[in-house]
Amino acid sequence: MTDTELRVSKIESGTVIDHIAGGQALNVLAILGIDGTSGEEVSVGMNVPSDRLGRKDIVKVEGRELSQDEVDVLSLIAPAATINIVREFEVADKRRVTRPDTVGGVLSCPNANCITTESEPVDSRFDVLEEGVRCAYCGTIVRESIASYIGTA
Amino acid sequence: MRHDHLISAKQLSRGDIEGVLDRAAEIAADPGAFAEAHPDTLLGLLFFEPSTRTKMSFGAAMKRLGGGTIDMGSVDSSSVQKGESLADTVRVIEGYADALVLRHPSEGSAKLASEFVDVPVINAGDGAGQHPTQTLLDLHTIRENAGLDDLTIGIVGDLKYGRTVHSLAHALTNFGATQHFISPESLRLPRGVRYDLREAGAEVREHADIEAVVDRLDVLYVTRIQRERFPDENEYRQVAGEYRVDVDLLESAAPGLTVMHPLPRVDEIAPEVDETDHATYFEQAHNGVPVRMALLDQIL
Repeated sequence: MTDTELRVSKIESGTVIDHIAGGQALNVLAILGIDGTSGEEVSVGMNVPSDRLGRKDIVKVEGRELSQDEVDVLSLIAPAATINIVREFEVADKRRVTRPDTVGGVLSCPNANCITTESEPVDSRFDVLEEGVRCAYCGTIVRESIASYIGTA
Repeated sequence: MRHDHLISAKQLSRGDIEGVLDRAAEIAADPGAFAEAHPDTLLGLLFFEPSTRTKMSFGAAMKRLGGGTIDMGSVDSSSVQKGESLADTVRVIEGYADALVLRHPSEGSAKLASEFVDVPVINAGDGAGQHPTQTLLDLHTIRENAGLDDLTIGIVGDLKYGRTVHSLAHALTNFGATQHFISPESLRLPRGVRYDLREAGAEVREHADIEAVVDRLDVLYVTRIQRERFPDENEYRQVAGEYRVDVDLLESAAPGLTVMHPLPRVDEIAPEVDETDHATYFEQAHNGVPVRMALLDQIL
């Protein structure tokens, strides 16, 4: 345990998302749909020193083990993130995020004329490209500022 | 071809296209032979945007195959006016018809509709997205006039909002056509279309002036600036009238140049061109019936 990790308290059980690029922690929470309203105990460390990333963010979610599908969507904004599943204060499983083929209901399409931006009973869906994502409905490709389209789907 | 839905030209292989065009040629040669091909078949027409050629030629095509049509009518006279979603509308009308032809102002609308119904959905234009059946009749016209092999085509005008362009450009990658894209800077091909063309192995050659390429073209495909799709009228005014094909321009073209236009035109092609051997756009519009007959014959 390093001094850096001690800045946010250890959790008994849940998920620790480490090696998030500095400044992206709140986007990580948004992309996971964690906004505090469902009572999770969440700790966030932002812009802490990191040998690998220079500065990194850390998110700890007490009492909730995130599934691989849930964390894979983080690859869009935090491809270097590592996921630690903690049980009884010990790391029970360590994973990396992998790029999914598609992400649904996470991003809103920036094309104001896309059918998914209207009052239709569908979630947005994006195919994940080598570089960026593409709306599965209108074909709009997003490469820059993907995080700015989070959470409004 | 056997697709449940026709949403995008990207679905169409060379074999699919040639299958439809071959059947269209058979139909054009002897339409009466297909007059009872699909009796008791009802085609649902859902046009949320104005249409003359596409709607009427689909209607004519279905009737000439022995079937009939039911028409949602204008948006103003339908439940859409009461706030009904597209998903609900198509789920209702699929109970009345054997296939749905959908035109809608939003990109992705046909794909969405196809996810809610079991009958085939044919995309008759989704905003600035795709218009695959126009592409089939465009390809039929090209094949009849210039041939699809070793084709060099110039596509001019509104390449950003022009859905016929997006579909045609992709379909032509099946034939290895050399494509030149001519437009103002602000109306160049959208990123998604460029991506698809490159993925299909096509080179995107872009120009600002028709004069730069007209002498090497087999086909000049002219499009209208899509005024209704501009978010800002001022942006439209800046590019309106940018291109005009007239007899002076065509003097430097090859004698066999085929000039096409999906219509309606505004002022992109001077009326004087209508009287030249280059003008093919009315024939192109007429080809909508046999090509859509062929398509319906395969889908239904």
